[in-house]
Amino acid sequence: MTSADLTVRWVGAAVRSLRSARAWRATRNGLAALLVAAVGTALLGGLALIWGAAVFSLVNWPVGSWGHIVLYVAVVIAGPVLALWAVQGLTALQLSRFRAVAGVHIPAGSGAAGRKPWPVGPWLAAGTWRQLAFHVLSIGTGAAGGLAAACWLAPAAAIGYLIAGHPSAAAGGAAGVAAVGLLFAAPWLTSKVTRADETLARALLGPSRNEELANRLESLTRSRAEIVAATDAERRRIERDLHDGAQQRLVSLAMNLGMARARFTDAPAPALRAIADAHEEALLALSEMREFIRGLHPAVLNDRGLDAALSGLAARAPLPVRLRVEVPRPVSPSVEAVAYFIVSEALTNVAKHAQATHAEVTVRRGADKLRVVVTDNGSGGAVPSGSDDARGGSGDAGGSGLKGLAQRAASVDGTLTIDSPPGGPTVISAELPCES
Amino acid sequence: MRIVIAEDSVLLRDGLTRLLTDGGSEVVAAVPDAEQLLRAVAEHEPDLAVIDVRMPPGYTDEGIKAALVIRRQYPEVALLVLSQYVEESYATDLLSGATSSVGYLLKDRVAHVNDFLDAVRRVTAGGTALDPEVVAQLLIRRSDDPISRLTPRELQVLRLMAEGRSNGGIVELLKVSSSAVEKYVTNIFAKLDLPPTGTDHRRVLAVLKYLGS
Repeated sequence: MTSADLTVRWVGAAVRSLRSARAWRATRNGLAALLVAAVGTALLGGLALIWGAAVFSLVNWPVGSWGHIVLYVAVVIAGPVLALWAVQGLTALQLSRFRAVAGVHIPAGSGAAGRKPWPVGPWLAAGTWRQLAFHVLSIGTGAAGGLAAACWLAPAAAIGYLIAGHPSAAAGGAAGVAAVGLLFAAPWLTSKVTRADETLARALLGPSRNEELANRLESLTRSRAEIVAATDAERRRIERDLHDGAQQRLVSLAMNLGMARARFTDAPAPALRAIADAHEEALLALSEMREFIRGLHPAVLNDRGLDAALSGLAARAPLPVRLRVEVPRPVSPSVEAVAYFIVSEALTNVAKHAQATHAEVTVRRGADKLRVVVTDNGSGGAVPSGSDDARGGSGDAGGSGLKGLAQRAASVDGTLTIDSPPGGPTVISAELPCES
Repeated sequence: MRIVIAEDSVLLRDGLTRLLTDGGSEVVAAVPDAEQLLRAVAEHEPDLAVIDVRMPPGYTDEGIKAALVIRRQYPEVALLVLSQYVEESYATDLLSGATSSVGYLLKDRVAHVNDFLDAVRRVTAGGTALDPEVVAQLLIRRSDDPISRLTPRELQVLRLMAEGRSNGGIVELLKVSSSAVEKYVTNIFAKLDLPPTGTDHRRVLAVLKYLGS
């Protein structure tokens, strides 16, 4: 590629940029910024002047009638109120300018909304001062926007100068070159100014870092709750599907095998044994399936609630469990499921590792928390991690189960604590938030 | 023995029909929901109704509700309720009507064909057949009181009694002498302050009343 080619290319690009929609939008925005800044300056500047004058007059002990003094006091008092309105109104105006002219949506920061007492509260909020700062700085960005936009007119000005000013050849040439340079700089300048304008607005008019974090936190909390609920719903669906499908078939299969086993007692011994084995196998599969489905999402939890589901758990535990459930008002299905699985896993853990002779489960609903406590009188030493220190020396079975519990609790913003000194007793307690 | 079956799964309905027919009973009706169950019972006045708990339209406790209606209107019909899970309040509801001719088993138990047929016979003969899990749950709820004074062996015997086993059955299951079982039973009754009663069956009822109260 020759340098001539490059030049043609560059000139082509520059000419195209003159006609680009972006350049025109930036220009319009520059002009609009100038306009709004002018309005804002007039408004805020006027208010500041009048207020300052009133304060000055009061401070220098006013001469004149009581009527004047009343007027000054009224202005001093009314000034901040009017200024607040002006700031908020200008902010709204600026944001709609960005939306309508620059085509960018800047979310309004909550600013001072709702700060009490009005109008002192809003003036104590950082948001108001940030907005005011923007309006002051907008004098600069507005002016810059206007100047950048004016660059488009440089050729016209140059022509006017050439015609009306009768300049010398050198001056005329310089003016022509400057005009062309300014013309081609116009797209670049306007978009730079617009970018700066926008950055400033995002920083000062948009949500502050804290507000942004708060918004983000809120949306994350919401989406996580939705995910947890969706997961539970999915588990319930799978449970129903298995129950209606595979489980029924297994029951039927085991039943048929059982019937064959009972009926063909005079069959040859090997055949009889095969049938018996198949029957036992089917029964085993059936009980495994039942356990699996229970682990997925116990139907009783849906139908009869936490109390009933927990009493089933306690009854199936291989050691005596004392169960106390005080949940006068129902909690959300997600929290119920988490509580259920915490008790389930904790009891499994007790049975496997704790060498306990009995356990106690207490579930109590406080004002805004569901408190789940599982205690055993076993050997203690449970560690909530996948490490080899898990009790019973049986690898990480106990620990990883307990770690899963902490994660489950965390999924609904709950906490789980495990107190398990060597020698016991072990106390696993969870606090799960629930709306009151 | 004339039996009505209510079970929404075709597979299990047919299987149960075959199982019970094989076992020497006559299945006079096999229906898929509670409404048809009530009609079939009214029409056939069977000896026994085998009822699934979870049935259309709500798939929750339609079977239990129907069973309670049958108990009220046709007290002579024995009830054997099958459930996907054991729910103590279902059991308490069932037992509150009358503690005879009632059974409550986990659905899976039908696959233990002989045990199931045994339970069917017990219930039809006026006895009870409670799933071990039901008994375990009933016992859990009463762990604060005299039950804690029972020895593990006595507790085991109490469980078996509550399931509906006779002394003879308990002797067979625990492989102990019948005099030993009688001693356990006497101790249990003494510790629970239950009136000593004569027959096996009335003792079982006393235990159930105690547990269900």
